[in-house]
Amino acid sequence: MAERTYIFQRNMSYDPLWKGEGPPAAHLDIELTERCNNACIHCCINRPAGDKRSRARELDTGAWKDILSQAAELGVMTVRFTGGEPLLRDDFPELYLFARRLGLRVMLFTNARLITPQIAAMLADVPPLEDIEISVYGMSRESYEAVTGVDGSYAEFRNGVQCLLDRKASFVVKGVLLPPNKKEMTEFAAWAATNPRMDVPPAYAMFFDLRGRRDSAAKNSRIRRLRVSPEEGLDILTRHADNYRKEMSVFFEKFLSPPGDRLFTCGIGPGCVDAYGVFQPCLSLRHPDLTFDLKKGALKKAVASGFTHLREMRAANPLYLKRCARCFLRGFCEQCPAKSWSEHGALDTPVEYCCRVAHVQARFLGLVMEKERAWEVRDSAERIQNLIRGVAVS
Amino acid sequence: MNEIRMDMIFSHSSDVVSREIDGALIIVPLASGVGDMEDDLFSMNETGTEIWNMLDGKKTVQEVVKALAQQYRAEPAEIEQDVAGIVTELLKRRMLVEATAA
Repeated sequence: MAERTYIFQRNMSYDPLWKGEGPPAAHLDIELTERCNNACIHCCINRPAGDKRSRARELDTGAWKDILSQAAELGVMTVRFTGGEPLLRDDFPELYLFARRLGLRVMLFTNARLITPQIAAMLADVPPLEDIEISVYGMSRESYEAVTGVDGSYAEFRNGVQCLLDRKASFVVKGVLLPPNKKEMTEFAAWAATNPRMDVPPAYAMFFDLRGRRDSAAKNSRIRRLRVSPEEGLDILTRHADNYRKEMSVFFEKFLSPPGDRLFTCGIGPGCVDAYGVFQPCLSLRHPDLTFDLKKGALKKAVASGFTHLREMRAANPLYLKRCARCFLRGFCEQCPAKSWSEHGALDTPVEYCCRVAHVQARFLGLVMEKERAWEVRDSAERIQNLIRGVAVS
Repeated sequence: MNEIRMDMIFSHSSDVVSREIDGALIIVPLASGVGDMEDDLFSMNETGTEIWNMLDGKKTVQEVVKALAQQYRAEPAEIEQDVAGIVTELLKRRMLVEATAA
């Protein structure tokens, strides 16, 4: 017993806790409810706040506690409470404290409208150990409520944010770029910069997902109309062009996965439990063949059986095999089984919008020439090296 | 606290939660201010883990030292130094509280 240093301070962002693979699931998404007190024009999830049918189907407090306990036993370190609006549930404080007392870190996605002085005090006294992420729909009552569709929602959002500030509870903000608030980007960035936790400019949601339940063609049609065009998205992504190039250079050097017909290139997971106790591979992928009802079996079984099977799934769609499977941008493009499912009802159909978004960025970075398609490029490795060298020189 | 006495009893603080994951002991802050950064976690070496598990609110420091000395066939004086070292560090970090009966 010669050692004299006993305790090691760790930060999971920089310092992985495990040298090997670690536990079977380190993170779990928990969709506490699909109901929301906003009715945002772009949202692919929200059910009305007072939707009795949805409320009746939601897992009760005890069932959620059981799932959280199972997650902790599995080695999960972080759970993300999302929705819908998770604070709509009366038992949110109880579930939050239960999760924290299990030693779980909690990531909370919220619109902040229901944050009261009491909730803020709880989040300050028992911090989530992850930033609270607040979606912001506008910087004025007019723009905000044109997105949310709810009178008074802007004042409640500002009040919720103020409650967190008063208690010095950490949070970050994310913009949601839509026609009513497009002119407020500068104002939003300046406001976000006053938050000590926002050490980089705020990100925007703008390439919106369609509804994964595939039950509302009208809603999907509206979401499609509200997405930015790939070119407009590029303009926004490259507002700080040098930073963007640096980030992309690192991505292409370290994280780009190779082409091929394997469907899941994302590492799969982290796994998500929806409001009704159905485990699915991720927040967006609700294909009924890939889900597992936790009312009928344990989370451990769902994690073990579901993920193993998915890793071996291959694409069969001829168009996918001709394009995506041969494309060097495959690991960069947002194309994935979840996107394919929500857009086309199949796991391996190319999503044209994702393809265009990836190509417009690749052209900006000099990886793909005008009118060239990435699956036709034969010297991608050389082009990526040029990008990396160019960024290093600058 | 300046001195760790052998008749003292310590237990884990309610400001933290300890978990064993993949064979490693992880201490997760529950109350604010335990770590320097808000998202800090803590792990321990093998010696630290063993001592942590014995600081259960029932055993005195002396009993912990005795048990470890027997297990490692080491001099109690050497073990004492380790136990006092870790208890001091844990108290400083608010991870341990004194539970000695009044």
